[in-house]
Amino acid sequence: MAATTAPVTIEALAGDPKRVRKERIVAGVLRGAAMFSILISALILFVLVRGAIDFLVALDGWDKLKDTGWFPRRERFDLTTIIVGSIVMGVIAMLVAVPLGLGAAIYISEYAKPRVRNVIKPFVEVLAGIPSVVIGFFVLKFVAPDIIEPLINPTSVRNMFAAGVGIGILVIPIMAAVSEDALRSVPQSLREASYGVGARKSTTTIKVVLPAAVSGLVAAFIIAVSRAIGETMVASMAGGRDGSGPFTWKPTESGLTMTAAMTNAAGGTDQVAGGTSFDVLFFVGLLLFLITLLLNTVGDRFVRRVRQKY
Amino acid sequence: MAVTTSTISSARQQVERSLTRRDRNVAGIALTATLLFALVFTLSILLTLLIRLVGPSIIVFRERGTAFFTDSIGSEPDRVGIWPGLYGSFLIAIGVLVFAIPTGISAAIYLEEYAKPTRINRFIMVNIRNLAGVPAVIYGVLGLIIFAEWGDGLTGGKTTLAAACTMAVLVLPTVIITSSEAIRAVPQSLREAGFGLGSTRWEVTRDHVLPYATPGILTGTMLSLARALGEAAPLILLGAITGLLPGTGLRDRFSALPMLIYSWSGRPPEGQDLDWANVAAAAGVVLLGLVLLFNIVAVVARNRFERKRSGS
Repeated sequence: MAATTAPVTIEALAGDPKRVRKERIVAGVLRGAAMFSILISALILFVLVRGAIDFLVALDGWDKLKDTGWFPRRERFDLTTIIVGSIVMGVIAMLVAVPLGLGAAIYISEYAKPRVRNVIKPFVEVLAGIPSVVIGFFVLKFVAPDIIEPLINPTSVRNMFAAGVGIGILVIPIMAAVSEDALRSVPQSLREASYGVGARKSTTTIKVVLPAAVSGLVAAFIIAVSRAIGETMVASMAGGRDGSGPFTWKPTESGLTMTAAMTNAAGGTDQVAGGTSFDVLFFVGLLLFLITLLLNTVGDRFVRRVRQKY
Repeated sequence: MAVTTSTISSARQQVERSLTRRDRNVAGIALTATLLFALVFTLSILLTLLIRLVGPSIIVFRERGTAFFTDSIGSEPDRVGIWPGLYGSFLIAIGVLVFAIPTGISAAIYLEEYAKPTRINRFIMVNIRNLAGVPAVIYGVLGLIIFAEWGDGLTGGKTTLAAACTMAVLVLPTVIITSSEAIRAVPQSLREAGFGLGSTRWEVTRDHVLPYATPGILTGTMLSLARALGEAAPLILLGAITGLLPGTGLRDRFSALPMLIYSWSGRPPEGQDLDWANVAAAAGVVLLGLVLLFNIVAVVARNRFERKRSGS
């Protein structure tokens, strides 16, 4: 009887060798694609660190990093000038983006009826899709001359306040989207429990929903700060200062961000590639990379805390 | 006794009053109004932006017509066109489609279908999330060294090809993350049914998981293309040209639509009716139109996807 059926061997169980081989090749290719992302990170880090070391070696001493003002052509690279510039514009951006983004998120998540929400949300997504050059144009040609200038009487149409407001407009959608995710992940049962003991909608929102979503809201804030500091186009179009300038913290004056310093170091310097005024690009890039990496890592930690909690 | 009954009746009246009285919840109304204001203000920024962009552009489209799309860039605002920018942006989008989309989807399939939760795979995922947060300008530095300097023999330096590769690397994390989400949303039962019939992992992925996840992956693809079209910072570093463009090949110097907007909006006015600000606005309208088109396709694809899943 046993002779009529094929014997069950290890080979038979392993399946068609062609299929097995194909499976292995496909898995290898897919794995390679995933590994590619590590290669990118390694290359970013390598390129930045190598260039930064070249820059520091050519600079010969730290004094030029603490000089007064940012004048790459004259080998004066005062880091505080561009870092303070980034911070000033970042703070103004967050003063715009947090109230508007968070307010819109709370309204959409807690107050809007589903039908209203379905209409409004795509509009906020449209705002998220607007390219930063277009927002730069909007700030440079409308917000700065028609709104900011009469308001604060700046020394130039291109000033840090206007650029900060522009960056703020740019990060509103990110702030709103991440906050709304956080608010929506708060379980409905918490709201119902609050209503059950007679709390009003406003009390429930402020005392129950917001505290429950706080780590997600912190994450939204941190991610938005990271975007604001990394934003390039609005800062260099509306912030003023074509690549150099003295130290200033006053929002009414023109200023440089780290990102604007980078584009200026590379842009229009086809001829001097290799000098310190070009290599500073890598040094500032490394600084910016590390700052945003730190912010993103912390933000990510907060996002995951929300997921674990609920 | 009398005292108690009157106390009871006054207490009853009090309760009755507090239950039937018109309650004016001032704090609640103020909160709702504030939140609504934030939302309306945000939307009005969007509206103002659109008005301020479209307004000055009308004269360009009316006076230049199609010539604005087909003419080359130059130094007179009433005679420039956006053709080199359109062309460059188109090639960059093709580059993203060819390089970033296949690689990104493959990586997403690996992470969702194949990868076991080992330390290295967790590291890959964290790494991708971090890459997504790296500022665009830093990808410009990467492209400048890797694709323009090291890859000089292949790309020919700061060329269209180098720009396309840089943008592909820039959007890769976004493609991986959105595709991963689409694949993760495929019900486990579908896979189990496939495995139960003796399919290999790749057969299950190809025949069941991917078809199911296609609309979601399409959404991610469209959003990535929109991002690649609108991003300008890396192109500044790669030396995009906004003056006269010598050639229009893959291995020639390049221009791109967002770079034209950047350059034109920074030029001093020449006192004409049709000035730099107008052509910058018109180029902005074209760019915004393209980007929004991709965004709308993405949103529509996602909504259809969600409706299909909810079982109708």
